Amino acid sequence: MRLTLNGAVTDVEAAPGRRLLDVLREECGLTGTKEGCGEGECGACTVLMNGQLVVSCLVPFAQAEGAEIRTIEGVGDHALQQHFMSEAGAQCGICTPGMVMTASTLSRDATLEDIRIALAGNLCRCTGYEAIYRAIQRARAATSA
Amino acid sequence: MSVVGTSVARKDGIGKATGAAKYADDLSIPGMLFGRTVRSTIPCGRVKRIRYDFDTTGFTIVDRRDIPLDGRNVVALIEDDQPFLVERDVRHVAEPIVLLAHADREKLLAADVIIEYEVEPPVFDPEASTESLKTLTIDKGHLDAGFAQADVIVEGTYRTGHQEHVYIEPNGVIAVPEDGGIAIFGSIQCPFYVVKALKSLLGPKAHVRVVQTETGGGFGGKEEYPSMIAGHATLLALKAGLPVKIVYDRTEDMIATTKRHPSIVRHRTGVKRDGTLVAMDVEVILDGGAYITLSPVVLSRGCIHAAGPYRCDNVRIRGRAMLTNTPPNGAFRGFGAPQTIFAIEAHMDRIAEALGVDPVTIRERNALVPGDTTATGQRLTADCSALPVLREAVERTDFRRKREALRGTNRGIGLSLFYHGSGFTGSGELRLASKAALELTDHGVRILVSSTEIGQGTRTMHAQIVAETLGIPYEDVDVAQPDTTLVPDSGPTVASRTCMVVGRILQRCAEDLKRRLGDLTPAEYYRAHGPFTIVREHEPPGWIQWDDETYTGDAYATYAWGCDVVEVELDADTCEVRPLHLTAVQEVGKAIHPALARGQIEGGSAQGIGYAIVEHVAMRDGVMANASLTNYTIPTTLDTPAMDIVLLENPYEDGPFGAKGLGELPMDGPAPAVINALRHLGVDLSEIPATPERVMSACGSR
Amino acid sequence: MKSALSQLSFARPRTLEEALTLLRDEPLVPIAGATDLYVGLNFGTLKAQRFLDITRLEELRGISVTGDRLVIGAGTTYTTIMHSASVRAHWPILADAASQVGGVQIQNRGTLGGNVANASPAGDTLPVLAVADAILQLRSAQSQRAVPFNSFYTGYRQTVLRPDELIVSIELPMVEGKQWFRKVGTRAAQAISKLVMAAVRTEAPRIALGSVAPTPLRLRRTEAALAGGSSIEDAIGVLQTEITPIDDLRSSEAYRRAVAGNLLRRFWAS
Repeated sequence: MRLTLNGAVTDVEAAPGRRLLDVLREECGLTGTKEGCGEGECGACTVLMNGQLVVSCLVPFAQAEGAEIRTIEGVGDHALQQHFMSEAGAQCGICTPGMVMTASTLSRDATLEDIRIALAGNLCRCTGYEAIYRAIQRARAATSA
Repeated sequence: MSVVGTSVARKDGIGKATGAAKYADDLSIPGMLFGRTVRSTIPCGRVKRIRYDFDTTGFTIVDRRDIPLDGRNVVALIEDDQPFLVERDVRHVAEPIVLLAHADREKLLAADVIIEYEVEPPVFDPEASTESLKTLTIDKGHLDAGFAQADVIVEGTYRTGHQEHVYIEPNGVIAVPEDGGIAIFGSIQCPFYVVKALKSLLGPKAHVRVVQTETGGGFGGKEEYPSMIAGHATLLALKAGLPVKIVYDRTEDMIATTKRHPSIVRHRTGVKRDGTLVAMDVEVILDGGAYITLSPVVLSRGCIHAAGPYRCDNVRIRGRAMLTNTPPNGAFRGFGAPQTIFAIEAHMDRIAEALGVDPVTIRERNALVPGDTTATGQRLTADCSALPVLREAVERTDFRRKREALRGTNRGIGLSLFYHGSGFTGSGELRLASKAALELTDHGVRILVSSTEIGQGTRTMHAQIVAETLGIPYEDVDVAQPDTTLVPDSGPTVASRTCMVVGRILQRCAEDLKRRLGDLTPAEYYRAHGPFTIVREHEPPGWIQWDDETYTGDAYATYAWGCDVVEVELDADTCEVRPLHLTAVQEVGKAIHPALARGQIEGGSAQGIGYAIVEHVAMRDGVMANASLTNYTIPTTLDTPAMDIVLLENPYEDGPFGAKGLGELPMDGPAPAVINALRHLGVDLSEIPATPERVMSACGSR
Repeated sequence: MKSALSQLSFARPRTLEEALTLLRDEPLVPIAGATDLYVGLNFGTLKAQRFLDITRLEELRGISVTGDRLVIGAGTTYTTIMHSASVRAHWPILADAASQVGGVQIQNRGTLGGNVANASPAGDTLPVLAVADAILQLRSAQSQRAVPFNSFYTGYRQTVLRPDELIVSIELPMVEGKQWFRKVGTRAAQAISKLVMAAVRTEAPRIALGSVAPTPLRLRRTEAALAGGSSIEDAIGVLQTEITPIDDLRSSEAYRRAVAGNLLRRFWAS
């Protein structure tokens, strides 16, 4: 089955009923996308599918046919990733790839309230979210300066 | 150069932000099988018969008879009472009975194992249980004489529920046959606990190596249970002669693994009209679950903190942890203290109300000051900061004015004052005799400890302490991955001890190394003399005196102190409680890395807010009925209040650069502050979580 | 995962006609955003192995205004609904409801038709459709029919939808009067509802509740009481006779009864 994975046209052999999450991790070797719950609640497996955020644990691989998939390995928002490091926005780090994916879709002028609403589908158990807000806000400020 | 006290980049930051960091489930080993645990479905009884109702070709099947002859079927911890696999008696739902492994996960999950039982009546109510796992009494002064001085006696009963850790990475390990024994790679807080458990399983002479992989959160939840999972993976791997991976899905993780102990705490307190506490009689009951595991020490820490950070000459604290037919409860950030601090802090507001004074006044009147003694008779020194944190929080939030201003609105404001003992209780650190080491490398030094990075910043903070002590750049300090064959046992990563205790040993190692290096840099010395390693053992302060029999003496080397103020909004129609703002003033000795220290407080406070409001484990017939992230709700961004964090520093003389333990402290404060904010709104609730249903009952639906 | 995922198959037609032909020949289970697929398979509530993926059907997507109706394709996602100017202009409470379903990731995938077909009494958008007197356009290879939303459900997770039919669109007739919506969830976001209420303040007020009965419930007698000039307390008394909430993992009967009454009072005073 053919899809565009992190910008490259890729052929992947996998059963259509498998979860996109498993195919990415096990067939494509992209283990940056994490599984936290398998029920679409925690957002750790967030990827972009045709430019939209989705939880890959709820996407049957069949639906990824012809789609453009972008994962943490291909997100390319280095300012954001740098600030997740420097602001301690990552603690245990298991939610971080999903957080970065969601944050990468925020516009530069996103307010704190916009950020909170956008991240409501990504659970973090370590940070209380505050350092994540700081990381996103400072990354946005740095790139627009 | 000064690196301590600055917020340098996390050692593990970029790997986590790019997805490159490898967690247990990210690893795959050629030939690896997948493991599955078949568990009991009854809370109490006996296994009568096991039937394998599937084609067993390609399966590895393990039951109790596969325990090696040199080994024992017990997860060695404090007591040896919990088996790896049920022998005959089942004490709780989800107890492991049979293990399966197969290369194909679909076949593995489809395999039908039918277990027949003889069912016995279970006990779920800890107060109805007749079997105690541990009892203890703390006695100070003369309770009767104290009550005789009292003008007012205030009584109250406070209850807390289970709390699930919800580390976002579920438990997982891989066991790999190695050198006639086993190597474990896994999501683990305490690698040497796993070594101890596997040596009991396989026999003392067995080769056991435990390596911690990147760990997606622990909070106590990966303190003792990974020993069980590692044992299961080991049995399967040794029987199959192949690597075996066991990774729990969320539901299994929630149903089978440990939770915070539910508690019932009863207070009877004698107070003088001027607010002075003269007698405190406290009863602490913990629901321990079906095996002893860590309940004795959780009870111990809970009881020691049960009188709160207050001066009182006459105190009796009686505690008991009771057996129930539910999965064993275990370590969870705070370790018994959040339960008892909740009770005393909710109780203090009721005392204030009974006396007609405000919540600040009653605490100012009784807060511990240097020279006072705690319930165990420990005399506090200059690093006692109860009043400074209280005053800072009150001033910063303009608490008294705000409390008046909010009267009659749908908002309430409450506070809590708390403390948390750093390191193991009493003589625990002496018994642990932790070791840490520093190894010279071609470009600097490498830290060798078994203390794990589970998100809190272990690697970063340790590297800062070593770099500062040696006077070398932070970048020149590496931190070895914990591998029990390569690093010394620096003790478990628990009890707010990783900075204060292990950091202090590393500081001593670095001091030794610095003397040895003379004028040379580590790299120059390495080139001239080759590699070497310095190992040091923990030296607890000599003044610590503790009596395990009478529960008297110096319970902890030091305490960290906190005062939380929480403002909540109550929807009168739905009784939903929304936390709007949290101010946390916490005195941590010295913040080695201010951003990480703040991160601990923000994260711990969010867990405390969850504990207070939305986190409800629904136990039905001895099993968690809402075992999913859909139905067990932890705070999202929109459930977490805006936070104002204030770090105060009052150095502890024997901590590295004055640091105390801070990991657990922030868990203690939010729940009572929320309940006290609700009390400010006129809601008389003494149980958490404060679900809308409970708030409604407390209000009386109109 | 209890089901063997490698055994699942998905037909992925590109046109509605093709989809309906497939459905005529075999009772495939339609899926769109798939947000309930794996949970259902895992908990054993979904036994099917053969599915009809309808996400490629352009005919099922989009929002338009036709005459006095807001027409929403069944395959339209919550995200599209939330941001639709037409929805915000005519049925703003539908946009509110859509914005309170899950997080962004679920809103990007979940569809209005899916919420209807899934038939959970807790579905967040369903009370809105109930007060809108929405019309469901159902199609099969042979026929098309319009079913009022309020007669679509016949019992707990039971509907009149035939195995060969698809929900094609949902039509919401426009209404005068102030719209009102409130979801009471298990937390502030990403929550399953303890109770959902939608209402419209017109001369003949319309009121519907979710999570208080086996199906989303339109409170006809309560509405009639209020329209007839009953006091709000009397109307709450009527409401209590119309709802049949239960104790479950997310809440209790007592709580749901009390809050249903309180929300009715709040709506009426707003």
